[in-house]
Amino acid sequence: MYYFDPHIHMVSRTTDDYEMLARMGCIGMSEPAFWAGFDRGSVDSFRDYFRQLTEFEKRRAAQYGLKHYTWLCINAKEAENVSLARDVIAMIPEFLELPSVLGIGEIGLNKNTRNEAIIFQEHVELAVQHEQSILIHTPHLEDKFQGTMMILDMLCDDSRLDRNRVLVDHVEEHTVRHVLEEGFWAGMTLYPVSKCTPQRAADIIEMYGPERLLVNSAGDWGPSKPTAVPDFIIEMRRRGYPESLIRRIVYDNPIEFFSQSRNFQFQAPDAVEETART
Amino acid sequence: MLATPMAAQAVLDREYLEVRAKLLELAATFDRLDRGGGAPAADGRLKLVRQGLKVLLDETGDRAEQIQLIFSRPYDDDWQKEFGLAPPAAEPTEE
Repeated sequence: MYYFDPHIHMVSRTTDDYEMLARMGCIGMSEPAFWAGFDRGSVDSFRDYFRQLTEFEKRRAAQYGLKHYTWLCINAKEAENVSLARDVIAMIPEFLELPSVLGIGEIGLNKNTRNEAIIFQEHVELAVQHEQSILIHTPHLEDKFQGTMMILDMLCDDSRLDRNRVLVDHVEEHTVRHVLEEGFWAGMTLYPVSKCTPQRAADIIEMYGPERLLVNSAGDWGPSKPTAVPDFIIEMRRRGYPESLIRRIVYDNPIEFFSQSRNFQFQAPDAVEETART
Repeated sequence: MLATPMAAQAVLDREYLEVRAKLLELAATFDRLDRGGGAPAADGRLKLVRQGLKVLLDETGDRAEQIQLIFSRPYDDDWQKEFGLAPPAAEPTEE
């Protein structure tokens, strides 16, 4: 089965991982900008990072027939440096017309502070002004519920937003309902310990259905598993779900969400085969 | 809600040994804490764990959500006022 990983940090992974993902049925991925493991010191540091995302990773993925897309922002961990965050936000439009850029992300909250909320709102403003889709990080562990509710407050206060173009990521049992009820897309991240397991993600699908739900590996430089989406596929098969339902979650849904971004030019492998035959 | 293809009997058949193993891991962890002198009284984490264990014995559903909320900081819907943040592009107040 083909699948699309809607959230994975390939800058942190080896080229071998691209090859492994291709072998497992992955045909494309989207990579949100995130924290480097340390706070960057200048706007030029982010400009270089955005070049890595839009140029180098795209080429590395293409070696294995994978399509690589990206989202741009300064992440919440670095939002406490408000001045730098504002400089980065002002620079982002330099990249928004590049063919692999899908929107603004992963913006969000980390420790749910005032400065994080201010920079979150300024990112949303950027997205609105440039008609961009938004991918949102929700905090980890004990901060997740509070942070997710704060994020939903800020999003729902903004009447200009098209909720169908906003993906709220890293949902779990206590946040997924709130996100879906407000009309946003929701992403489940499959992590070994700190987020969802493939089994719990399958449980959430059983409880809420496949509408506006995605699964991703969010593979990065920490403990994570880039092939977590195939683990989810196997779990759904073991429960007896039809291939059409599984495909909807791991392939059709990400394509539907990404298709709202003007830079998302994508041809399904099936369509390529059809074109070759005619 | 999707119709669940796996009946409860099938779920139990598949997961019984995993559940048993998880219980043993928990039991061994508590024993380890005891051997180390018990959890420090000032550390509230074990209290949260005990609250979570009570939820497991509850017959009501949504246990995973309940346990998630036990391990969550509270949410105050007045937070924007506390932070002095105005909602962006809020709908105009109707007269």
